[in-house]
Amino acid sequence: MTDAIEVDHLVKRYGGLSAVAGIDFTVRAGTVFAFLGPNGAGKTTTTEILEGLRNRTEGNVRVLGLDPWTEAAALHRRIGVIPQDFRFFEKITPREAIEYYGSLFGTHPDPAGLLERVQLADKASSRFDTLSGGQKQKTGLALALTNDPEVCFLDEPTTGLDPTARRAIWAVIRSLKAEGRTVFLTTHYLEEAELLADQVAIIHHGRIIAAGTPTEIIATHGRPERLRFDAGPGLADYLRSRLPLSVRAADGRVEVELHEKTDALRALSAVEASGLPWQNFATVQDTLEDVFVRLVGQMDDGTLKSEGAA
Amino acid sequence: MRPARIVADLKVVTRSYLRNPVALFFSLIFPIILIALFGLIFSGSGTSPVTLQVVDLDHGSPEAGVSESFLSALNNTSAVKVVVVNQTEENFAAWLGQNDDPVGLVIPAGFGANYTAHRPTTVLVYTDPEDAADSGVVLGAVQGVANYYNLHAANGTEIVTLSQANVGSQVFTYIDYLIPGLIGFSILTSPMFSMVDVAASYRKEGIFRQLSLTPLTRAEWLTSHFVWYMAITFVTAGIMIGAGLVLFGARVNVTLGLVPFLIVGPLFFVSLGMLAGSVAKTPESAALIGNIITFPMMFLSGTFFPVSDFPAGLQSFAHILPLYYVIDGMNQVMLFSNTMRALTDLLIVLVGAVVVFLLAIRFFTWRDE
Ligand SMILES: Nc1ncnc2c1ncn2[C@@H]1O[C@H](COP(=O)(O)OP(=O)(O)O)[C@@H](O)[C@H]1O
Ligand SMILES: [Mg+2]
Repeated sequence: MTDAIEVDHLVKRYGGLSAVAGIDFTVRAGTVFAFLGPNGAGKTTTTEILEGLRNRTEGNVRVLGLDPWTEAAALHRRIGVIPQDFRFFEKITPREAIEYYGSLFGTHPDPAGLLERVQLADKASSRFDTLSGGQKQKTGLALALTNDPEVCFLDEPTTGLDPTARRAIWAVIRSLKAEGRTVFLTTHYLEEAELLADQVAIIHHGRIIAAGTPTEIIATHGRPERLRFDAGPGLADYLRSRLPLSVRAADGRVEVELHEKTDALRALSAVEASGLPWQNFATVQDTLEDVFVRLVGQMDDGTLKSEGAA
Repeated sequence: MRPARIVADLKVVTRSYLRNPVALFFSLIFPIILIALFGLIFSGSGTSPVTLQVVDLDHGSPEAGVSESFLSALNNTSAVKVVVVNQTEENFAAWLGQNDDPVGLVIPAGFGANYTAHRPTTVLVYTDPEDAADSGVVLGAVQGVANYYNLHAANGTEIVTLSQANVGSQVFTYIDYLIPGLIGFSILTSPMFSMVDVAASYRKEGIFRQLSLTPLTRAEWLTSHFVWYMAITFVTAGIMIGAGLVLFGARVNVTLGLVPFLIVGPLFFVSLGMLAGSVAKTPESAALIGNIITFPMMFLSGTFFPVSDFPAGLQSFAHILPLYYVIDGMNQVMLFSNTMRALTDLLIVLVGAVVVFLLAIRFFTWRDE
């Protein structure tokens, strides 16, 4: 499989601020890539550089083999873009907007079909300024598809939308992948990345702090599996004295880290032997969200600063 | 440049505009209001004769015919309108001071008898220091008629006679100057104000970035806006000329010679508005730059009053304003039929428009560095 997007040591500085501080990744053609990060992480900056809307300070970037900045015109015929906070002419309706894009690209889109596809058929003739946030976003999505793009860039397409509108956009993203298009998606919703993405990169302060499939990221950066009880801190103290395992207590819960299969059995028999009250045991595993929160938190606390400093 | 893309963009511009009642009001109703307002306030001031209050102390004397024919000769100059009032010589000055038309003439008793006997006699003219123009008109008219009478009394022959003709062999009234001026006004204001705003707000809202992702070029985009404002200009010019002809009896030439100005003028100001909006960093500073450029031109280019009526200093300032050449050119076409000067004006505006158009395309960017 070929790479639709190649990013090699990309740096973008705004004055003294390194919004993107040297990142590398590739996106294989036909896959969904989620760029995950908190606000201000550098997602939009990276996305706009890939779209040819912004020049880079350093590094090498190729989208469909083209340099997005110097070969923008050629690239724009082959990509579809919804920017963050998509806005359009206020008095123009979604149908007119699609026809307009069709004339500009010299394509012959089917406005009704496209609007059906993004579940906006009922608002085909409403002016843009009367649409809700979700409907505006769907208009943007329909416009991004008028030129039958090979790569679609969606910058936080679901931020601020209600669950129904969000699911509608997810459905479109899945269908884009099914049609063989490459999707570059930014989001700060972990579940969105987990649900849709083949590959995820977590960016923070302009650096990629984790990358891979969601499972790989959890395996690499997640904590070990844990055995959890509803019990008081007394049990935790007892277990610490008896077991060579890390034990934590918080909010009426006790967690014991498991490194080997037999650890679970040893922990359970120690609990039984304590004679202290406990209920509801379960094994728990980190989600992508746990990993994300922890990695971002550690970095902000300085744990990863040495690694992350420029 | 691809015409299909210009047409597609023009459709969007037209729809956005027609669906915006405020914009529509300003471009179509506002010109009517302007011409009605200025037409009503100032119409007639160019032609109406100055009222001259006359006390004829020779009235009723045996030679009263002389003063009567003197007064009717004054009336015939059509510069003054003689109104004979019944006032005593002593009260006349005070009475005039309270009158709306405080310009007066006293014909002394014995005027007719003295004239017939070739004895000197003096008429007294009261002028109003606050209205030098009216006073000048009256002094000139009385002097003129008196000279004629003197000549006649001396059996002289008029060597130099005067036949009256105005420039362009027509008498122009204020409304005639007002029409090209107000067309110029809307050629300036409607593209300048909206292009400055569009340039700044489309950039802020990311609409330019959105457009940069399509094959539409900046030159195509600017061209479609130019075409739209040119269409607006044709409509407003039509409204102004129509209202001027029908409502105020204007006598301007409506010829094809006007058309180039209605094309090149909007090209200039659409581009200038775009340029002003592009060099500004924020919509607020864009509006400020726009106003700084627009306001002096709005008043000092011959929009509401002919530049030739300005003091010399302001006249030379007007000559560096591009709108001056648009309005002067239209004046040459519509009033004075001076083709050579109209062509010179047109050339100046055309060269300026092309330069500003290219600069606008150069300075307005779709995307950030
Ligand atoms: N045009 C700009 N000029 C200066 N700083 C900017 C600009 N755009 C973004 N930034 C800064 O760069 C950092 C990354 O921003 P951005 O890429 O928008 O993050 P994200 O999309 O992940 O929220 C932020 O600190 C932001 O304030
Ligand atoms: Mg962003």
